[in-house]
Amino acid sequence: MSLFDYRVSELHSLLHKKEISVSDLVDESFKRIHEVDEKVQAFLTLNEEQARTKAKELDEKLATEKEFGLLFGMPIGIKDNIVTKGLRTTCASKILYNFDPIYDATVVERLHQADAVTIGKLNMDEFAMGSSTENSGFQLTRNPWDLERVPGGSSGGSAAAVAAGEVPFALGSDTGGSIRQPAAFCGVVGLKPTYGRVSRYGLVAFASSLDQIGPITRNVEDNAYLLQVISGVDPMDSTSANVDVPDYVSALTGDIQGLKIAVPKEYLGEGVSEEVRQSVLDALKVLEGLGATWEEVSLPHSKYALATYYLLASSEASANLARFDGVRYGYRTDNAKNLIDMYKQTRSEGFGNEVKRRIMLGTFALSSGHYDAYYKKAQKVRTLIKQDFENVFEKYDVIIGPTTPTPAFKIGEKTSDPLTMYANDILTIPVNLAGVPGISIPCGFVNGLPVGLQIIGKHFDESTIYRVAHAFEQATDYHKQKPTL
Amino acid sequence: MSRISIEQVKHVAHLARLAITEEEAAMFAKQLDAIITFAEQLNELDTENVPPTSHVLNMKNVMREDVPTAGLPLEDVLKNAPDHQDGQFRVPAILE
Repeated sequence: MSLFDYRVSELHSLLHKKEISVSDLVDESFKRIHEVDEKVQAFLTLNEEQARTKAKELDEKLATEKEFGLLFGMPIGIKDNIVTKGLRTTCASKILYNFDPIYDATVVERLHQADAVTIGKLNMDEFAMGSSTENSGFQLTRNPWDLERVPGGSSGGSAAAVAAGEVPFALGSDTGGSIRQPAAFCGVVGLKPTYGRVSRYGLVAFASSLDQIGPITRNVEDNAYLLQVISGVDPMDSTSANVDVPDYVSALTGDIQGLKIAVPKEYLGEGVSEEVRQSVLDALKVLEGLGATWEEVSLPHSKYALATYYLLASSEASANLARFDGVRYGYRTDNAKNLIDMYKQTRSEGFGNEVKRRIMLGTFALSSGHYDAYYKKAQKVRTLIKQDFENVFEKYDVIIGPTTPTPAFKIGEKTSDPLTMYANDILTIPVNLAGVPGISIPCGFVNGLPVGLQIIGKHFDESTIYRVAHAFEQATDYHKQKPTL
Repeated sequence: MSRISIEQVKHVAHLARLAITEEEAAMFAKQLDAIITFAEQLNELDTENVPPTSHVLNMKNVMREDVPTAGLPLEDVLKNAPDHQDGQFRVPAILE
């Protein structure tokens, strides 16, 4: 039994009854990290001293004050592409191996205001480019359910840390599935919010029109609490949306009577394993039993999403990653003849191959003579993909399918061919292209490996997603299963 | 016919300020060619009259009052610099 088997509302009641202290919660985190992280390798940097000091402050606050933040005393791990003042932030890249941020990301500031405790920074694919966390420049994170398998990516450290019971909360980021895919592989709950729901200020940019920060937790209630804290417009991010933030926790009514579910035939077709397909069909039966109805629909441009994504995300990345030049921060080569040579050597020594590949693909797609054929074409197809979702959402409340075509694969299994690795994200990428929100929740096991159910909602309708996810969770016990480590 | 030649890969690497070896140029040419070939499936779609997406939400320009605020302290700005002198970033010679 771990304290992290409790939901945040239960932990708060234990704190108020003085049965536990914030220091106990923080101890629990570090105890577990010291026990299992040598195997899991989820954390890149620990914030132990500051976290323990903060815990003492919060324990004093608990004794003397009446107002508490929504995540009072909750230990949280943060993906290493979200800047934390005075706490090393590397994007799992050698080019930022020593980067010490001079400010906090907006989400981190909001976590402080909500009285959460930062435990450390979590491993990821370098600059969030990857689907297995194997592209980290520093270490290989392993799936807590089977240490020979990947945790998914790019937020693999975040999902693995939550699954391994090291922290009850983590932040990830999702550009093409980087929260939902590792959440599925590790059997936890991960939400990619609507584009613009959460400020990106302080998230090291990969593809600015697709990136969103989102919560990874053990259960839906905790997830709703964390989204509540990080959501809302921010003057520091002009793409954050000025749309009211509803009370997400109050959406967890358990009632989905009359809910209309769309199941895209493209999400259960070719490439999706039979076991995953069956788990999703079983999940739909559970939802039917709770009063929902479902029908098959079509998102006809789904098959073009992968190509569209790689052109657009790489193009944006090629511009965003131009800032890593060895001048203002990060790594600089020792052996440069002149300025241009310094740029080239620094970037070649600092970036890994996947990052170089995407920078070059993006540079190519944006270069004179190719811009119309690749970049602009992809932006047009993006419109068609977005319209597919709009059409379905005219008649249905949510779209449901698998999060990934298969459960977690073996370490090294897909590293030799980029296209094989990219194909992992065929079911999550369309959601980013359309800017809609999507969640992955556990919906079964195949040979001891978790399977993720993806629930997709309308723009800014995270409440309905949470309501459905919570109702499913109440009716099943997949989220209560824990890996043996 | 390949979509991208080794020479083009070298040119793109130069534009992106990446130094690559002959061996890497060959490897990236092969991989990028496969990805670009895959991406050309988009040509199956007639997008003549489809507007390109500029933003997924119906947001247009976001304006604010032009009010000056304090910038970052110089000490913070230079804190992560690999090399600096007299309050400025220092780089290798720009001209040969």
